[in-house]
Amino acid sequence: MTAIPVKKRKTHRHDVVFPVVNTILLILLMFITLYPVLNTVAYSFNDGTDALRGGIGLTPRVFSTKSYAAILEDQAVYQAAWISASKTVLITLLNLFWTGMLAYTLSRREYVLRKLITTVLVLTMYINAGLIPNYLLITRTLGLGKSYWVYIIPTMFSCFNMIVIRTYIAGLPDALVESARIDGAGDIRVYWQIIFPLCMPVMATVALFVAVGSWNSWFDTYLYCGGQKQLHSLQYLLKMKLATTQASANAAKTSVDAIKSTTQTTPITIRCAITVVSTVPILVVYPFLQKYFVTGMALGAVKG
Amino acid sequence: MSTIGKRSTGGAVIPVRKRSFFRTLGSQWQLMLMSVPIFLYVLLFNYGPMWGWITAFQDYKPKLGLFNSPWVGWKNFEWLFGREDFLNSIRNTLAMSVINLVFGTVSSILLAILLNEVRVRAFKRTVQTVTYLPHFLSMVIVVGMAQNIFASNGAINQMILSLGMAKEPVFFLGEGKYFWWLVGVINVWKEVGWNTIIYISAMTSIDPSLYEAASIDGAGRFQRILHVTLPGIKSTFVILLIMNIGHLMEAGFEIQYLLGSSVVMDWSQTIDVFVLQYGISKQQYGVATAAGLFKSVVAIVLLVAANSIAKKLDEATLI
Repeated sequence: MTAIPVKKRKTHRHDVVFPVVNTILLILLMFITLYPVLNTVAYSFNDGTDALRGGIGLTPRVFSTKSYAAILEDQAVYQAAWISASKTVLITLLNLFWTGMLAYTLSRREYVLRKLITTVLVLTMYINAGLIPNYLLITRTLGLGKSYWVYIIPTMFSCFNMIVIRTYIAGLPDALVESARIDGAGDIRVYWQIIFPLCMPVMATVALFVAVGSWNSWFDTYLYCGGQKQLHSLQYLLKMKLATTQASANAAKTSVDAIKSTTQTTPITIRCAITVVSTVPILVVYPFLQKYFVTGMALGAVKG
Repeated sequence: MSTIGKRSTGGAVIPVRKRSFFRTLGSQWQLMLMSVPIFLYVLLFNYGPMWGWITAFQDYKPKLGLFNSPWVGWKNFEWLFGREDFLNSIRNTLAMSVINLVFGTVSSILLAILLNEVRVRAFKRTVQTVTYLPHFLSMVIVVGMAQNIFASNGAINQMILSLGMAKEPVFFLGEGKYFWWLVGVINVWKEVGWNTIIYISAMTSIDPSLYEAASIDGAGRFQRILHVTLPGIKSTFVILLIMNIGHLMEAGFEIQYLLGSSVVMDWSQTIDVFVLQYGISKQQYGVATAAGLFKSVVAIVLLVAANSIAKKLDEATLI
């Protein structure tokens, strides 16, 4: 009790001012971060024709759920959601499988190929062959273009994620591996029975990174499966809507009435509705993984 | 196990050393089984396409393939460097990359310092959760939001008009001179929270007694930030800076491609967008590969330079 007044007497004047200013700044930052998101939500719940006038802030001007009704009737959205979800799950599982094992082997100091493999892998973080050679390899040499597997096969591994897992494994006590070895376990058993179960936090982090990357990708669809409607992902659908809203925004300047008479839900509200629907899965997941990916990032970035 | 390996490789007799290398390798077949498949995969998917670099010296025809296309020497490069749009795209790449680097570094260090000074844990965590959010949004979504916000009747223009800073709405998206800065601002919005993670983790490893000692010596809050916090994150800052030098040719591609339009192309086109335009849309594989190869070579030079700087500064090297 007596300690408190003593401390208070010690404080400088700006020790009172600073926390207040700091809090205001951080609240302002949160507002700036959330504004575009809430703005999109407001657009998605606004009447389509009215939205053409623009200028919608944080709340819808003319409330309507027609955009959501429209996308829930759209077969293309379901198909795209299925493609996005299935490729995300598959890629995530494959990445964890390969990357985890590789990270374990590269954390074993006695492994004679360790240096060679590590150097070759780390270099890929800085140097890549470029778009056209990759495109030619995948479409011509491997013939993966226009197929579902083009989403999966070229993205089964990422060096950054390997480094994150390897650093985590290196932090585990060496005695775990040594004692299992004495008991006669080989490396495959040591990894799957001892190391892998201990790696759940870092695996959750990497799963999040990989899943978000896959869920958010549109360029692979654009490059390899643009003509295959049944292979379009949600993000590619959004990308196409982005192009049409750009076009209709130009049209809006000249003939709002023409658009008014033809359509109720214009692409901008539809686009915002798809944006909301495709973002919800990520919003639900990431706050729960926050403490894992924060340590994961810190591990990977510095020791990479 | 490792000591056995070391002892035998330390031996001077060469045949013995060789045999023991392969014997060790043989005894490590399980480790190999777990790593060699993915190693081969990386060789195929990351190094394999480098054969395609020879198209940079060819007039590549898809029908003729890599082996039968006619050779043209340096002609593709000569053609590229005679084109204004390619020179523009080099300028745009470097400009946006430097803007991203400066904006990104300054903003994330500033935010990290502000967060580090927050004493209420729940508030700190809330700010962090909120500012991490945009990192998880796809660039398609972010660009869509930016189009709403920066539109002539969007939030930014409404604010500018109501504050009387301009009489007419500013066409942020329709004028080239704004493009680089727009990209810089959008990238800060998207990544500032995420980029603080690494700085905050560096700050938490600063010895608290340093702050106490500084306080006892009469240092105020700003002096403590200046003399304890900033020196505490210096090595992180240097490592990240060096890594970013290696990535200087990567100004991003998605944002320029999605946000740009034919109106602002002179300012929005990066080398990657150029490669996409010529290689995929116009099917001029030779010149597009040449442009990509130019980028890769510059990136390698930058990487080697950055790595040797890191060595000189005695920081952890990149490779």
